[in-house]
Amino acid sequence: MTAVPDAVADAGREAYARIVAALIRVTGDWTLAEDCAQDALALALERWPGDGVPANPGGWLMTVARNRALDVLRRATVERRKLAERARLLEPAHDAPVEEVVDDRLRLIFTCCHPSLALEARVALTLRTVAGVPTADIARAFLVTESTMTRRLTRAKAKIADAHIPYRVPSGPALTERLPGVLGVLYLLFTRGYDADGRPAFADEAIRLARLLAELMPGQPEVAALLALFLFQHSRRDARRDAEGNLLTLEKQDRSRWDRSAIAEGRSILAGVVTDGPYALQARIAAAHVAETTDWTAIAQWYDELARIHPTPVIALNRAVAHGYAFGPERGLARLAEARAGGGLDAYPFVLAVEADLTARAGDRERAVTLFERAAAAAPSPAEQRALLERATELAS
Amino acid sequence: MKYMMFVCSDTAPDTDTADEPDIHQWVAENDARGRRLDGHVLAPTAAATTVRVRGGELLLSDGPFAETKEVIVGYDLIECADLDEAIEVARTHPMARAGRIEVRPFADV
Repeated sequence: MTAVPDAVADAGREAYARIVAALIRVTGDWTLAEDCAQDALALALERWPGDGVPANPGGWLMTVARNRALDVLRRATVERRKLAERARLLEPAHDAPVEEVVDDRLRLIFTCCHPSLALEARVALTLRTVAGVPTADIARAFLVTESTMTRRLTRAKAKIADAHIPYRVPSGPALTERLPGVLGVLYLLFTRGYDADGRPAFADEAIRLARLLAELMPGQPEVAALLALFLFQHSRRDARRDAEGNLLTLEKQDRSRWDRSAIAEGRSILAGVVTDGPYALQARIAAAHVAETTDWTAIAQWYDELARIHPTPVIALNRAVAHGYAFGPERGLARLAEARAGGGLDAYPFVLAVEADLTARAGDRERAVTLFERAAAAAPSPAEQRALLERATELAS
Repeated sequence: MKYMMFVCSDTAPDTDTADEPDIHQWVAENDARGRRLDGHVLAPTAAATTVRVRGGELLLSDGPFAETKEVIVGYDLIECADLDEAIEVARTHPMARAGRIEVRPFADV
């Protein structure tokens, strides 16, 4: 039997965004919406152990949250505007067409990811409001104090209200323009922010949000591709480090620890993506890395395409790695020299590690040892430092 | 919702000058839609005087309130449904390319 706290957590994960999104639409008050959703979860923790878990936990939470919002607004009836909101809240939710409910969560995502908000605020707001992550947890993962994070969230919500950022999903060309920004926020949410063990803190939330977005926007191949990309990357989460916490390169990972069902799901999603958007290309590359044998020539070609549409220093670096495996280390070193030419990789700690690896494979052991030692000195974490020093020792022996 | 557009110069204007919108056309279109309530080009900052009163004393200084390379060269006051519409109005202003535009909502008071 599932414990009640688990049942509340499950129902909350499923219903939180729906409740917040609906209450924001009718009240326009973000804080009120969040508070009422939280109150509903708290009441569930109090009531469900005695009363039992209701047949429709999400519906129960929605009703409680809506009534709570109604109470708050009733107490504030002096304001005419709030009265009008109350009138709208009184309309029973089940009369609303299903599509409208779906739209609410999509509206919420697009508003949280509005490009007029600072990028860090978009990430935090999406985690807080759509995924329901407590402010303290977001603050910890982004290495700021809880009060700093609270201020960041408050400022973002104030801007939404003061500047009249619309609560709306853009349509037509505006959607094409805005969707990549939303996917970018989800990607940051997946990759940035670490827990105490140095593991991604919000990968599960990012996957859940990508799943939701893919469900709400079935006609958008890049959304599906992003979900597939997340699934492939996440499938290796338990194999990335050895027992001592050292980072392991792909070829050293214990493949039996990869999450086969995530890989299978990613593959089946990706099979339906026929376009060549940036996430489709990255998902194909990620899929190739978890295949039985790695097709480096295909990976190199996908990186060529990715570098053409997204000429960023990091993609140029990864392209050099792929070329090194596909066409030999000398070709990789040539691509690496091109990638470094603009100076865009100067502050990037992994460049030296890549150069060291390519140099070792090209046969210049002495130079490779020096490079691995320099790479270790520049490594951002002790785990990465250990892994690089180990390579230097291996080569020197 | 009223938004003030501060039209500013920029040290790094767009180098792509193809299909540059025409300011007269922009003004005519937004005036015709009743969206632009007011606006004007300002004289160079060399003509500016900054006024302060401190302890009852009038203090004047020559020039703008902040000496920066980017300066406010004009303004447009627009009425829009929301920020998305205001951003669309600003993006079609020629100075969004040749300079930059700060879109600031009127305070809700």
